[in-house]
Amino acid sequence: MSSEDDLTRLSATELAERLAAGDTTSVQATQAHLDRIADVDGNVHAFLHVDVDGALEQADAVDRRRADGELLHPLAGVPIAVKDLLATKGMPTTCGSRMLEGWIPPYDATVVERLRAAGLPILGKTNMDEFAMGSSTEHSAYGPTRNPWNLGRIPGGSGGGSAAAVAAYEAPLAIGTDTGGSIRQPGAVTGTVGVKPTYGGVSRYGLVALASSLDQAGPVTRTVRDAALLHDLIGGHDPRDSTSIDAPVPPVLDALDGDLTGLRVGVVTELGGEGYQPGVRARFEESLELLTKAGAEIVEVSCPSFTKALAAYYLILPSEASSNLARFDAMRFGLRVGPEGVDAPSAEQVMAATRAAGFGSEVKRRIILGTYALSSGYYDAYYGSAQKVRTLISREFDAAFGRTDVLVSPTTPTTAFEFGAKLDDPLAMYLNDVATIPANLAGVPGLSLPIGLADEDGLPSGLQVLAPAMADDRLYRVGSVLERLLEEQWGGPLLGRAPELASSTGVGR
Amino acid sequence: MSVSDDPALSRDDVAYLAGLARIDLTDAELDHLAPQLGVILDSVAVVGEVADADIPPMSHAVPTSNVFRADEVRPGLTHEEALSGAPQEEQQRFSVPRILTEEA
Repeated sequence: MSSEDDLTRLSATELAERLAAGDTTSVQATQAHLDRIADVDGNVHAFLHVDVDGALEQADAVDRRRADGELLHPLAGVPIAVKDLLATKGMPTTCGSRMLEGWIPPYDATVVERLRAAGLPILGKTNMDEFAMGSSTEHSAYGPTRNPWNLGRIPGGSGGGSAAAVAAYEAPLAIGTDTGGSIRQPGAVTGTVGVKPTYGGVSRYGLVALASSLDQAGPVTRTVRDAALLHDLIGGHDPRDSTSIDAPVPPVLDALDGDLTGLRVGVVTELGGEGYQPGVRARFEESLELLTKAGAEIVEVSCPSFTKALAAYYLILPSEASSNLARFDAMRFGLRVGPEGVDAPSAEQVMAATRAAGFGSEVKRRIILGTYALSSGYYDAYYGSAQKVRTLISREFDAAFGRTDVLVSPTTPTTAFEFGAKLDDPLAMYLNDVATIPANLAGVPGLSLPIGLADEDGLPSGLQVLAPAMADDRLYRVGSVLERLLEEQWGGPLLGRAPELASSTGVGR
Repeated sequence: MSVSDDPALSRDDVAYLAGLARIDLTDAELDHLAPQLGVILDSVAVVGEVADADIPPMSHAVPTSNVFRADEVRPGLTHEEALSGAPQEEQQRFSVPRILTEEA
């Protein structure tokens, strides 16, 4: 099979065009991706669950709708993978935790509902750090996902499964969620595109909550245009989420391939420099030159409180998480185990034993940290102060966007690291999100796109674009132009340089 | 008992917090977690630099209040659906371990 005939190598946009033209069917496209998953996922482990029958049924249904002449969404028939944090009716939803092993939600998240209504067959659920706590997928109770660029390296996290699925051509599209960088950081280290929309831009109904004031679902794709199409589909007001913004989705599609002449691009002093890998910095500087050539004006901006963002985040997130994860009490759903050697244990004893058995080390660490930060006598010093830092960060974004149209930085300080390198050093792990966290705290949107390979290790690095709240279209305006200019230099997409994955099904295939 | 004033968390502090959080921790977990949490707390203490400053706290990125939806009957979960994930059920209800002690 030549690569032009391989449906898994097409972007979602290209696949959608072929589907619309009748050159292929959704059943064929879905089957091609299911075959690819069967072939390589034994090595990558991007999926926790693959829904072969369900995906093919949905594909068949959308093919019939098309044959009947129904007016369909542009992405109709394009298969998609969904992070295992979103509730999917009739399909397991574990959040990468033993606590929810085998749980099948009785309802769909709004995002999933919109995917189904638009006719995107759902291939399965992707791996993640347990309850989205982590930057490497090493905290998944079901084993890590491996980076398709180098199977000895992490794919980022928490949404490493979604990013790796897209990077490994197991799915053209995926849904991720981003609380502190869980869409953008995996995007950067796997050479894919990831977008965290404005907080409230995409419904959180049916997302298993980590930190409710920070969580946001968004697109995980291989191209900026594919991300815009998916953003446009999943975004918009949902009355079932009281924090959902009651306004139209920003014009993300119209923004593609616009003109950057006169666009003011701010480089944030505090999101770069020391602690950033030389190869990451080099690719970032080259991207700035390309933006300048495209007519953008680069200005340096300082946001001094961003240096406290990581600290504020690791107080606010554990506090909210310790409260949200109280729902896992062994009573109405999920795991229930009794304490050993106790006759007729109380509900409280069962709860404590279940949470001991069902939660992994990082989840326990953060719940206890949050319990501490919220405990009386410490509330003002920790949680209260963190909320003040959050105000300062938000104000500094406002001031920066008074002088600039977008802000940019490297998405992550380093490329993908080796498994185990930071697993038992929580602080080192947390530093992976140092550049992505400020956007979550302020609620502003961010996009990461691949900008090249670092010289030291030949692994992808990413550039992050940040825009004011509800100006998500600017992410796509900048992202699509930079992507085009970079691909002109590279002679094709960056992922074309990733090594071919060996089949995991053994010899003889 | 309450958490000690020492910014570094002792092993007993962590055990106390784990009790509040309803998580049984093993001795090995307590040994491991206490120093790790101490390191994390040291590094996040930098937020204390603004503790006295007159800055309003921010709890949410998009300020919203009084978000209501129309008071209309909508389909909800059936009994079967609501109980589908229950560890144990009895007579269309969630069955839970005893919640009272025998003395009470």
